[in-house]
Amino acid sequence: MDNRYCIYICGVGGQGIIKTSTIIGEAAMNQGLDVVMSEIHGMSQRGGSVSTELKIGGYNSSIIPKQGADMLLSFEPIETIRGLDKVNSETKIVYNTHPIIPSSSNKAYPNVDSITKTLKENFKHVLPIDGTELAMDAGSVLALNMVLLGAVTADEKFPLTKESVIDAMKNNLKPKFHEMNLKAIESGYKSIKG
Amino acid sequence: MNLKELVTGVPGEKQFLLGNEAAVRGVIEAGVSIAATYPGTPSSEIGNVLSVLAKDANIYFEFSTNEKVAMEVAACAAASGLRSFTFMKHVGMNVASDSFMTTAYTGVNGGMVILSADDPSLFSSQNEQDTRNFAKLANVPILEPSNCQEVKDMVKYAFDLSEQFNIPVIVRTTTRVSHMRGVVEFGEVKDNSSNGDNHWKRGHFNKDPSKYVPVPAFAGSMHVRLWDKIHKIEEITNKSELNTEIKLTENKKYGVIASSSAYNYAHDVIKFNELDVNILKLGFSYPFPQNKVAEFLSDIDEVFIVEEVDPIIERDTLACIGANGLNVQVHGKLDGTFPLYHEFNSDVVGDGLNKILNFKEETGIDYSSNLEKLSEDIPSRAPVLCAGCPHRAMYYGINIAIEELGMKASDVIFASDIGCYTLGINPPYNAADYLLSMGSSVGDGCGFSVSTDQKVASFIGDSTFFHSGISPLINAVHNKHNFVLTVLDNRITAMTGGQPNPGIPVDGMGDEAPEVSIRKLALACGCDYVRVINPFNLDQVVKTYKEAFERNDTAVIISKAPCTLIKGLTKKPPVNFIEGNCNKCDKCVSELACPAISKIDGKITIDKSQCDGCNVCIQVCKYGALEAGR
Repeated sequence: MDNRYCIYICGVGGQGIIKTSTIIGEAAMNQGLDVVMSEIHGMSQRGGSVSTELKIGGYNSSIIPKQGADMLLSFEPIETIRGLDKVNSETKIVYNTHPIIPSSSNKAYPNVDSITKTLKENFKHVLPIDGTELAMDAGSVLALNMVLLGAVTADEKFPLTKESVIDAMKNNLKPKFHEMNLKAIESGYKSIKG
Repeated sequence: MNLKELVTGVPGEKQFLLGNEAAVRGVIEAGVSIAATYPGTPSSEIGNVLSVLAKDANIYFEFSTNEKVAMEVAACAAASGLRSFTFMKHVGMNVASDSFMTTAYTGVNGGMVILSADDPSLFSSQNEQDTRNFAKLANVPILEPSNCQEVKDMVKYAFDLSEQFNIPVIVRTTTRVSHMRGVVEFGEVKDNSSNGDNHWKRGHFNKDPSKYVPVPAFAGSMHVRLWDKIHKIEEITNKSELNTEIKLTENKKYGVIASSSAYNYAHDVIKFNELDVNILKLGFSYPFPQNKVAEFLSDIDEVFIVEEVDPIIERDTLACIGANGLNVQVHGKLDGTFPLYHEFNSDVVGDGLNKILNFKEETGIDYSSNLEKLSEDIPSRAPVLCAGCPHRAMYYGINIAIEELGMKASDVIFASDIGCYTLGINPPYNAADYLLSMGSSVGDGCGFSVSTDQKVASFIGDSTFFHSGISPLINAVHNKHNFVLTVLDNRITAMTGGQPNPGIPVDGMGDEAPEVSIRKLALACGCDYVRVINPFNLDQVVKTYKEAFERNDTAVIISKAPCTLIKGLTKKPPVNFIEGNCNKCDKCVSELACPAISKIDGKITIDKSQCDGCNVCIQVCKYGALEAGR
């Protein structure tokens, strides 16, 4: 039961959430750990909210129970709020501060700084990062998912090594982009480790 | 992972697979020769993967025009001695059911497996129906895998079972099994090498009308034979390792009977809360393993039935208790222990078990009022038509045409269909008022036009038109129904991830194929008004709809432009915003509602990473504040 670890990953369709999750799952398999994952396909992908759930260590079901996540990794500020059902007081909350404004909604998008402030009032481990900017520094806004992947590997309770995550990344992404993605993983890792 | 490893992978190798990918490996290990489908989520990825691998795996694969045709392709292959596979989503079984029901009578020679993917909680479906009802209705066996390894293994086993009893076999998955990823260990691959000029194996059909032609004189005895098979298969389900007791405790007061993904939730709740409950897992649930269940029940006082969608195992268990004179209390959907609808999860199953077992303590967290307010105030993020989607342009244009004709959009009935364009239901388009099933928009056009004096606009996609839109169009013309039918031809089956359909010159294996013309089909059906328009040309859209609405017959408009998600399309540069010209009318945001255009801090902002350069917004802006990118 030692290596039990649940990650809830959320964001907006098209941000590379499923690919990121598959890389973590494959790395877990390569390290000999039990892993199951749940993902969303189909209609929800058309710019809607998307989430995946990864459970490492002896689980049959791929859905994380309420307050059951060790890590909430969010690609977008308000999607973080939508994911809070899965969070408990010990959960690490890592999220990208760059907003994607939903079209055709009757509600105004909240101020990101006030989201951060409110989250910090309520939870112990709130780690906002400007992943979009780090991704652009690494070479492309498309590397956002690798920045956030790097951030996950920096959590001291995360049961996988950075090396095995990098190996799985290489197995899943085109060699042409390996260098950029490595840079993105490193910058995400550093943004948490400091 | 490289998908080719699904073909080349050796026994003992492990991969982290999607349930649907595991199904493909099962098909390959089983040595299937013929596979056919109509794409439907949550089963779609099976087709996407087979489409890529068919040649390497010696499989003939097609995207059929609909599930009934796919069922017939698979049935004939199995009648000719080949192993065949057809797969669909739960509602696809409705379409396929006419031929499916009789395939149970005629039986098969080569193994025939039907995978049907149910969608509890309707992630991308119009209803939650339970495929297990079809197993009972047709009287064919059904297997219910609960994880990716079982998907692969059960698909493979289903072929052996099918050949042992010459009967088609259903494998029922749910969204959380089809779209679960897990570690799958590969097994041996059965040889299906080609024996002719094609890359797939050819069989031979031996004529025997008494076996294959269900005229009343023959069908009566076929039904007798079917029951005979089912009784024999019940002996197997009573012994099958797929129906197995998971012993977690020595205490025998409580038990759980569970199947599919619901089993996973029950297992984890019982294991992690260390509850004194044993589980009978049913992986082979029809014919119902009456003896095995009776044996499990004979030891316990109370049983929980944990299953998703309909109370099928529960009713069979109640019957089993009655037939065997047992004294066991049943907790399930029927007594309100578990919900009768929507998918389960560990919380739902835990809450249900807790009603009787009282093992949980409330563990609420007190959030600050700020957080509660924030949670209530965040904008929703429903799926939307993509930036650059041709459907948006068409919906925008039709609404202008309606306005210019002096009508109100609220007076026009929008009959929608199954596809991305159903998202037209959202504001500001509000362009979906009624929807039943694939192809229904055309039949609905017939129905509304004959039963009301309202104008009707029906919308159907290209793939859906081929699937079920043609016969109601013939009905519309012959019976003189008056409505405007729009075929949204975006050159792909977009909603399910971009599969080909008969309207494009490529088949399911990537080979060149004759392109079937929607325009010629509409003309051949007898429509006098058929127009092909470019939806990105707003003037043309408006003019054509005005003409069509003023007619009194079945008018067909084919709105033809490729889906923006088709790979390899050359994109135009993103649109530029010229702030000085902006009149702040907000039409581009509020009426066009493109996800690439937002208003941030009072200023129009174009998200260049999303903008597709379709340039419709430029035609919408009367003040020249938007201009084509360079």
